Amino acid sequence: MALVDRQRVATSSAAGDSRRSVRFFNGSAFERAFAGLCLAAALFVLLILGGFFVSLTIGAWPALAKFGPAFVWTTTWNPVTGVFGALPAIAGTLITSAIAIVIAVPLAFAIAIFITQLAPEWLRQPLGVAIELLAAIPSIIYGMWGLFVFAPVFRTFVQAPIIALFDNVPVLSSIFSGPAIGIGMATAGVVLAIMILPFIAAVMRDVIATVPKRLKESGYAIGATDWEVARAIIIPNCAGGLTGAVFLGLGRALGETMAVTFIIGNANRITANIFAPSNTIASTIANEFQEAYTDMHSSALIALGLLLFVITFIVLALARLMLKRISS
Amino acid sequence: MNAVVRRRIIADRIARGLIVFATVLVVAILAWILAILVYKGFSAFKPTLFTENTPPPGEAGGLANAIVGSLLLVGVAMLVATPIGILAGTYLNEYGRGSWLSSVVRFVNDVLLAKPSILAGLFIYEIIVAPSGGFSGWAGSAALAIIAIPVVVRTTEDMLDLVPSSMREAAHALGASRARVITSVSYRSARVGITTGIILALARIAGETAPLLFTSLNNQFFSTDMSGTIANLPVMIFQFAMSPYDDWQALAWAGALIITLAVLALSILSRIFQRTAK
Repeated sequence: MALVDRQRVATSSAAGDSRRSVRFFNGSAFERAFAGLCLAAALFVLLILGGFFVSLTIGAWPALAKFGPAFVWTTTWNPVTGVFGALPAIAGTLITSAIAIVIAVPLAFAIAIFITQLAPEWLRQPLGVAIELLAAIPSIIYGMWGLFVFAPVFRTFVQAPIIALFDNVPVLSSIFSGPAIGIGMATAGVVLAIMILPFIAAVMRDVIATVPKRLKESGYAIGATDWEVARAIIIPNCAGGLTGAVFLGLGRALGETMAVTFIIGNANRITANIFAPSNTIASTIANEFQEAYTDMHSSALIALGLLLFVITFIVLALARLMLKRISS
Repeated sequence: MNAVVRRRIIADRIARGLIVFATVLVVAILAWILAILVYKGFSAFKPTLFTENTPPPGEAGGLANAIVGSLLLVGVAMLVATPIGILAGTYLNEYGRGSWLSSVVRFVNDVLLAKPSILAGLFIYEIIVAPSGGFSGWAGSAALAIIAIPVVVRTTEDMLDLVPSSMREAAHALGASRARVITSVSYRSARVGITTGIILALARIAGETAPLLFTSLNNQFFSTDMSGTIANLPVMIFQFAMSPYDDWQALAWAGALIITLAVLALSILSRIFQRTAK
């Protein structure tokens, strides 16, 4: 009788959301072992994130203890004299990511609108698949292309003319100043933009696909144009999801290592000149970690990693919260 | 046609023109990248790539050690990541559905999915490389596994969600226990989908470079010893591409082409699987 009751509980609860009401540890040894393994694996996922934070904090401790909070705003990063401040790397990270987002977001939105609204029916599926496949290409490929192919083109056709154009204009002449060497923050930002574009576009396409068809149709029914439907119906209806897609792209740009390390130029300094070589948090770690001979140098690099961990955690958490409504 | 209507139509034409232009521009740039990769990669392509090891500068050679090393690193990583990922995904969809723990795990997993991969390298350096006293293939695999697990967890959960509750109920009604229902009914019915997740995870880690920089490092020689440094394609590509030697750069392009083809093939394979799963 008890067995029957238990089965009934299991059956009825399996139907709805109350599957949790089935008690974990009931039944045979296999039952218990399997349920225990599943729970352990789930906890392991939490452990990974906790492990990131704890191990990075321990590794960063010598540097954090020595430099204190000033680590974040100290402008010198000099392994020779042993003075380490994160501001050059933070500035490089923020500037390259900002360039990438400013370029990538409008283009990604345009592609998403094209795929979901404008493209002829036969083109939508293949184009969507192509964009998703491109989002899977390893970032090192974008880095190589950036260094060998894009940087020389960018130097000749973008940097040199812009530097010449703003040569005598105040302010702008210091933001866009020479010499045009091809590598630097602007190049890294553009390559990052190209790299995160397919990814943002793919997420935005999925987000836009959740806008109810009848809303769009009612727009067209009262005579709205394609652009008016996009602007007045699609964007307001999934603004949260679109923002989530942007934040996901930002999370990628902030922490991208390989695409940036090839072309950022590896220079630890702060400058307003976006054509100048610089460093991001990730590229500093990639360039210097293996060659860090003093413990303080390694520790400072891990402290940079901890900073990157905290920044990207916040950005990605925000992205998830905004996309939550879409996925559920 | 009055002025307002005309203005709206012109605005629509301009917007549509810009959207089409943007799409063509981006597709052209991405095609440019792929064309360069195929051109440079195929120029350096020769059968000895698969039989000879990476050479010193100025000599002929291949990528055999790097290819074997990459296969080993990725293989071991997937052996670890697959069971953990599937079990955690099972918890999320079967045991923990609706519980606070599973929403926390799901959130953390989503964050891990997008975490910068270089952090996985630093993490493994701290907990394996530094204490064990040296760079090793095991450490490289561990770093890759940490990146692969969230992918498997996510797909497993999604795919188990597609299994109709009526099938679980039918099995329960026959007297099957909970673990028995999961292993014999849910897994069997979501098998193709879960395989998709494993392939996606493979595609994700195959080209990862940053986590290997401080874990497995690289090795100029052929080695299958996972307790020492081991050659692998991504770090080889990075070092050779940044080198001043033409032969090394050519090998880097060949390696980049091999990796991209592998990743694209895996992604396409996973799409084919996904289609049969749904």
